[in-house]
Amino acid sequence: MAVQTTTNAASPVTGEAATPRASARRHGIGWLFILPFLVVFLAFLVAPLAYAGYLSLWTKGLATGTTFAGLDNYTRAFHDPSFRKGLWFVLRFSLVVIPLQVLVALVAALLLDEITGRLARFARLTIFLPYAIPAVLGALMWGFLYSPSFGPIEQISSFLNVQAPFLLSRGNVFYGLLNVVTWQWSGYYMIIIYAALKGIDSSIYEAARIDGASGRQIALRVKVPLVRSALVLILVFSLIGTLQFFVEPQILRPIANGTITPDFTPNIYAYEMAFNYAQFNYASAISFALGFVVFAAVAVFMFATRKRGSLFT
Amino acid sequence: MNNARRTPRHVRAKLLLLALAGYFLVPVWWLIVASTKNAEGLFAGTGTLWFNGFHLFDNLTDLFTYNNGEYLRWLGNSVLYAFAGGIGCTVVSVLAGYGFAKFHFRGRNLVFAMVLGSVMVPLTALVIPTFVLMSNVGLIDTVWAVILPSLLSPFAVYLMRVYAGASIPDELLDAARIDGAGEFRTFWRVALPLMRPGVITVMLLSIVSTWNNFFLPLTVLSSSKLYPLTVGIGLWEQLASGNNGGGQSLWNLIVVGSLVSIIPLIIAFLTLQKYWQGGLAVGSLK
Repeated sequence: MAVQTTTNAASPVTGEAATPRASARRHGIGWLFILPFLVVFLAFLVAPLAYAGYLSLWTKGLATGTTFAGLDNYTRAFHDPSFRKGLWFVLRFSLVVIPLQVLVALVAALLLDEITGRLARFARLTIFLPYAIPAVLGALMWGFLYSPSFGPIEQISSFLNVQAPFLLSRGNVFYGLLNVVTWQWSGYYMIIIYAALKGIDSSIYEAARIDGASGRQIALRVKVPLVRSALVLILVFSLIGTLQFFVEPQILRPIANGTITPDFTPNIYAYEMAFNYAQFNYASAISFALGFVVFAAVAVFMFATRKRGSLFT
Repeated sequence: MNNARRTPRHVRAKLLLLALAGYFLVPVWWLIVASTKNAEGLFAGTGTLWFNGFHLFDNLTDLFTYNNGEYLRWLGNSVLYAFAGGIGCTVVSVLAGYGFAKFHFRGRNLVFAMVLGSVMVPLTALVIPTFVLMSNVGLIDTVWAVILPSLLSPFAVYLMRVYAGASIPDELLDAARIDGAGEFRTFWRVALPLMRPGVITVMLLSIVSTWNNFFLPLTVLSSSKLYPLTVGIGLWEQLASGNNGGGQSLWNLIVVGSLVSIIPLIIAFLTLQKYWQGGLAVGSLK
């Protein structure tokens, strides 16, 4: 596997008293270290991606057999009201849930950076706790709490003598899911921001304080800009996660009285198409189209934040 | 310090923090309380968030014996998938991160750019084609169908590359080489101990993501004896809401089963706190 180049000038290894050839051979060993990952990468990312692309170009009919369809599946997907409805939902949902999550995570992290002691330690672990809980169980617990017959929302409402809102009804399901997702992920994002805040040299704050900055000004004008790359990282994560929304609505489906339809999100729709209708070609096209939307959304986002220093520079 | 000005602000900050902590704790508190109730208490219209009788041990007995103890089977499966997938993913990612950080081989930047680009590929978009590919080679409905795809984590590779770059001085590696240590010996004896917090972080993150995974096992497994807890409890939920529990109220089992299944990860996070918090810092500072 060693790469045999004698003129490898671009190998600035400090303090190495070896010939360029030996150096190149040594660096070639790098391939051996990344080899196991490359195998997994090819088998479970490149191959499925390529295969999905291939499958999506064919169509399978009972009478006609498998025939080449070109981009027909994609034309069908982007004209399919079900796919468009799901896509529209996840786009709308991410526009609300991402700023909300980042806001909760940022406020929590800034508070934790300011306060020390037992309360801070307790709060840090409590806010992070949902990350250690599977999304399936998080959704189930909230499903119970939303229950119109015995949940606490119902109890508080009857105490106040008002009609209890059912958070999984057609009009409210957006907010019901918003709460579940914010609860599930904000703590993880909080820890990432908090870790970045802890990495900042605190003499900067001293300097700002001497210049007369208040605690709030230090938080907003000094701390937030310094953790910008952590913020970009979590924005990308939550964008990718939200656009492929699946687990929470899928789990809440049986108890949502039909509000969450089989085309609620593109991922649920693809799953339904593949496993309940055996339309693997069309399901692959939906997956691929969704993947493309995610990729494009993230790329646009990365481009927009590029100048300010980001993960991929 | 100018205490007079700072104290009131901190009181407000502490109250806000307490409110946040309360919000995040509510469902877990509910889960603990609900686990101690019998079927009647669980659906009684009063005091959802407070105790009503104590039936935790009855519920646990029911949980572990229902349907020939299928819960314990699922628990065992989850442990197997999480450890095999999580540890395997860690080994693969740590090796690759170190390789990317410390060797200047040809094509490195190209391959690493592909890895970074793939962080943006939504992994659930790969589940359906992975299913079809694996069914072509007969891997569907085996433990491998869950474990093998779990080995892939481009983000873990990125994290380990940053971590290895920041925590291992080149001079130290060179010194080991001059002393005659081979590359793998140098990695094992010099680099790996220095990367320990990063390795533990990646291991925790990948164990959690395998333990919590739902979509992949739901698709690639069809016999319920191979289910992990997430898919198993999802199955119970479907049976319970369709009233197919065979006369027994499955909701109690779902509640107490959920409680039991979140305990191992909470313990892992609490005991390994120091490591993963430091490890995450490096990943986000780059």
